[in-house]
Amino acid sequence: MPDESWAVVVEGLVKDFPPVRAVDHLSFRVSAGEIFGLVGPDGAGKTTTMRVLAGVMAPDEGSAVVCGCDVVRDPEAVKQHISYMPQRFGLYEDLTVSENIRFYADLFGISRRQREQAAARLLAACGMSEFSGRLAGKLSGGMKQKLGLVCALIHTPRLLLLDEPTNGVDPLSRREFWAMLYELAAQGVTIVNSTAYLDEAERCHRVALMHRGRLLFCDQPQRLKQRLPGAVIAVVSPIAARLREELAHADGVHSVLLIGDALHLFVDDAARRIPQISRALDAKGLFYDEVVRITPTIEDLFVNAVTAQEPH
Amino acid sequence: MLARIWQFVVKEFFQVWRDPRTRFSLIVPPIIQIIVFGYAATFDVHNVPTAVFDQDHSQESRELISRFASSGYFKITQESGNGARINDLIDRGRITLAIRILPGFAEEIRKREDASLQVVLDGTDSNTALIALGYINQITQRYQQDYQRDYLNRIAPLASQRVPQVMLDERPWFNKNLEDKLFFVPGTIGSVLMVMVMTLTAFSIVREHEIGTLEQIMVTPIRPLEFILGKTIPYLMIALFELLIISLVGVMWFEVPLRGSIALLLAGSLLFIAGVLGIGLLISTLSNTQQQAMVVSFFFVQPAITLSGFGFPISSMPPVLQWLTYLDPLRYYLVVLRATFLKGLDFDLLWPQFVGMAVFALLTLSAAAARFRKTLD
Repeated sequence: MPDESWAVVVEGLVKDFPPVRAVDHLSFRVSAGEIFGLVGPDGAGKTTTMRVLAGVMAPDEGSAVVCGCDVVRDPEAVKQHISYMPQRFGLYEDLTVSENIRFYADLFGISRRQREQAAARLLAACGMSEFSGRLAGKLSGGMKQKLGLVCALIHTPRLLLLDEPTNGVDPLSRREFWAMLYELAAQGVTIVNSTAYLDEAERCHRVALMHRGRLLFCDQPQRLKQRLPGAVIAVVSPIAARLREELAHADGVHSVLLIGDALHLFVDDAARRIPQISRALDAKGLFYDEVVRITPTIEDLFVNAVTAQEPH
Repeated sequence: MLARIWQFVVKEFFQVWRDPRTRFSLIVPPIIQIIVFGYAATFDVHNVPTAVFDQDHSQESRELISRFASSGYFKITQESGNGARINDLIDRGRITLAIRILPGFAEEIRKREDASLQVVLDGTDSNTALIALGYINQITQRYQQDYQRDYLNRIAPLASQRVPQVMLDERPWFNKNLEDKLFFVPGTIGSVLMVMVMTLTAFSIVREHEIGTLEQIMVTPIRPLEFILGKTIPYLMIALFELLIISLVGVMWFEVPLRGSIALLLAGSLLFIAGVLGIGLLISTLSNTQQQAMVVSFFFVQPAITLSGFGFPISSMPPVLQWLTYLDPLRYYLVVLRATFLKGLDFDLLWPQFVGMAVFALLTLSAAAARFRKTLD
């Protein structure tokens, strides 16, 4: 029996694009009203997973139940309840904003009154009310993305699937976009959002880290950070890139990640390793600003998880 | 269901109409094509560049040459020289035909011996060469007959009046003056329609694939049949409008008669357009890029026109190719076009063509709908 408290239940999902296994025995659950992040680098299998959930791609194995509908057995049933926004929402650039909205509304069989109300509300929410007569092709990138979201929401879906929605969108539009997502989640819409940006993942209620089609782990962003074995220390230095070689094989260092002008070292014990590393750098006369313990970011977590899975 | 299809139709119309290039290409090129074909497509042979080498310089040779000159089929230049000169002129493309009257031509005729006339033809364009040769034959035979009659008149005036002759009594039906334009203009309507509909529809789905709207449409509850109908209806209407424009040019400008029923013409056109739409949409669903769609549709249109009987009679084709023509919707449509414009035939004679086109349309449209899967694999 489908459990209504779960918006998405994925179990043992496999999808092959020979010779590559794009999704490898993936299982996770998303509860209703949650903002769930699928996080991973390009090629992690995020888009494939999204497409299976949207009912436009049949998996090779496993099951996926979305909004109570089995998308493997009956992919059409789910379409009335969900909305899928690919990386680039398919807008007709030669139609106006309101014509695009109208087109998608009619494909979902929305009545005219419902459409007009929803369109007015959604356009106002993203500050686009005065652009309704403009050709979609004449909108900026951020506005196109927001129009895509308006079209995707015109039939008030219960689940919104967003595949890297803020890719190539300026920071201001990105913030507005997230504000809209939180608003939607507050109204009870479940959102599954894929991203390659880890800073964006931290905005989700829960994230699933994916790598090469497999789930590394899945939890709240804060909890994931706590799970990291050992600690992360940052070596801040203008020559951080050069220090990488020096420190990669130091005692107690699992892995090294370069972020801006800092090296993030994954170590077993911060209290023991900080003095050791400072001394080693001093001894070689390599310049650095500071060596401190930091709270790991999801990016740290991700890199550590990936390197832990594949020891080089 | 109806709202979905209707919205699709509206959307397609907006898209076609908003793009100035599409708008232009819907109206101007078809009119230019029909005008160009009406004038240029002709089998008639006139003014064939011809060199005459009169090496006899007799009354008889001059008489023969003047007959060639006054026929209108040849544009004659007098030349002198030998065979090498003929080679040279033909190689340079200056002449298509050389007529050489050898010395002694008149003398042989006067001696009641067979006289010969040398004719050299550039056979590259075999059709023109054959027709020109036919005219030469006619003119020389006429000359020979007249000469014989003249001779008979002189030696036996009474007998000459009793030489029987077979006269041709020509009655060309449907095209009294045997004008080529009456043959070509209806054919051009068919081929122009086919090219237009192909180019509009072959791109229509693959373009949506490229701009990403197809993936968006797949996640809506639309059914494949609704999608295909939404793509078919607008182009069917555009093509009918197209038919109206070019038919008007044909009737008003080229004075092609429209003897049959307009309803029959419309019904046949609808079936034909539906079939071409089906093949265009099928190509569009099978292609991944617009370039692919263009190449594939070109490989359909080109042989479809060649095999349709547009210019070359199907009855002269080898049997295998004749069989192949049954797969060509234009073949059936050209029969309907010529029958309704020139002959004024009725449905009781044209129904096999209608069946052919209906089967074609049904097969291609359902194949296109079946090919349009709502999955991305």
